[in-house]
Amino acid sequence: MKLVTAIIQPHRVDEVRAAIEAVGVKGVTVSEAAGYGRQKGHTEVYRGAEYTVDLVPKTRLEILVEDADAAAVTDAIVSAAQTGKIGDGKVWVVPVDDVARVRTGEHGADAL
Amino acid sequence: MDFALDSGNTAWMIVATALVLLMTPALAFFYGGMVRTKSVLNMMMMSFISIAIVGVIWVVYGYGLTFGDGILGNLIGSPTGFFGLNGIGDDSSLAAGSGVPFLVMAAFQATFAIITVALISGSVADRMKFGAWSLFAALWATLVYFPVAHAVWGGGLLGWDNPITPSSPIDFAGGTVVHINAGAAGLALALLLGTRKGFGREPMKPHNVPYIMLGAALLWFGWFGFNAGSEFAADATAGRAFINTLVAPAVAILGWLVVEKIRDGKPTSLGAASGIVAGLVAITPAAASVDTWGALGIGFIAGVLCALAVGLKYKFGYDDSLDVVGVHLVGGLVGTILIGFFANLSEGTTWAGAGDNMAPMDGLFYGGGLTQLATQTIAALIAVVFSFVMTMIIGWVIKSTIGLRVSEDVEVAGIDYAEHGETAYEEANQR
Repeated sequence: MKLVTAIIQPHRVDEVRAAIEAVGVKGVTVSEAAGYGRQKGHTEVYRGAEYTVDLVPKTRLEILVEDADAAAVTDAIVSAAQTGKIGDGKVWVVPVDDVARVRTGEHGADAL
Repeated sequence: MDFALDSGNTAWMIVATALVLLMTPALAFFYGGMVRTKSVLNMMMMSFISIAIVGVIWVVYGYGLTFGDGILGNLIGSPTGFFGLNGIGDDSSLAAGSGVPFLVMAAFQATFAIITVALISGSVADRMKFGAWSLFAALWATLVYFPVAHAVWGGGLLGWDNPITPSSPIDFAGGTVVHINAGAAGLALALLLGTRKGFGREPMKPHNVPYIMLGAALLWFGWFGFNAGSEFAADATAGRAFINTLVAPAVAILGWLVVEKIRDGKPTSLGAASGIVAGLVAITPAAASVDTWGALGIGFIAGVLCALAVGLKYKFGYDDSLDVVGVHLVGGLVGTILIGFFANLSEGTTWAGAGDNMAPMDGLFYGGGLTQLATQTIAALIAVVFSFVMTMIIGWVIKSTIGLRVSEDVEVAGIDYAEHGETAYEEANQR
């Protein structure tokens, strides 16, 4: 099993959800995140004084998938989240040892 | 005391008083939105405690110090004459000319004393002990506000027929008494307190700009009572003050935003809210003495100059946190001094009370020469110097006794919890 984590622009969340549902993903965890990459922060001006806001709001998606599905889900996120501008985000995949479903106690692929 | 009660004037003054009192909670929102989440409650409480403290001392002895018979060379009114508002409580105590009960006048004037003290709090954001602020509010109202209000409005040394200026100064609703007074005090207190930790380096951006706009809206609403009420009657002069209170802030928004567009690239909502207040401040002394063109001129100039003046604190290194100097001192000076250019006293105004040789004159642009400009400038500078020096003395005494400033760890963690035991928002990160 794999954990696919994506940091994307908040305004692309709906498109990404539609895209991953289309490739068979059943569930996703969404959280608000803040950070910076090559986009850096941005500057705000209050009464003439400039403030650099270092951390830009982002949305983080976490999806547990079977090994065979990881590439397709990753591609779906990338194509749905892409605007071509700096700050679009990142997607990464890491191996997962085990998963348990709390309600039933099932383990492994059955719990996905 | 054989004046008839005028129900129209009295009704208007009662409403105007409520309007002006609303300005202080409005100021709490205006200022509260400008600080960070960790100090918003303290910021707002400094305004609310001003209502409590100044409201009480006004009725006990403040009205007497302001409007009582002059003592000590007419520097101050006698506190004993109207102690606890006695002597003006019966039904026949009506103001000459307007037929309004003196008790209503006293309530109206109380709201001016309250907000003048509250205005100063903008310069001390995030870092002043609440006890020190409370003591300061009482001392400053007693030793600075009441004397200046007596001088200008209580028959004192800057009022009608005074011995100092070449003609009678015009301060209709408080350019010197309220705004120059509070602005110079804010500068003195900011200098005594020192800069906030991280001033000029760390971002200290406003935590809630919609609060600021809400505060500005309520201030404007209340300011109609402040300016049009200062006529003490529902008449044509009140109408003149009323329309000017609409016109000057409107054009001041434009002035402030033009500066921002040119200097920073974008017109901001904080700039619009600040422009409103700058325009209101500047038209306050001039509300009844300028025509519509004068109001447009004063409002626009105030918007531009205040937008530029708020940058001075970074240049000179004083932490006037919420721009009491940039908006109230500069705006107050603009309005008070520009009367010397724009005063048009034939335009629906009456100036009963000044002797012939001391009558206020038209401004330079209206054929009155330089006399009124000199008068206005002298009155403004006296107010600046008196307020600054007296505030320095009061602040220094508090600093050397109970201390002015919270400790550095309290300032960093947030003054709200340390001074009031509460926090404004359920956020993990109280910054």
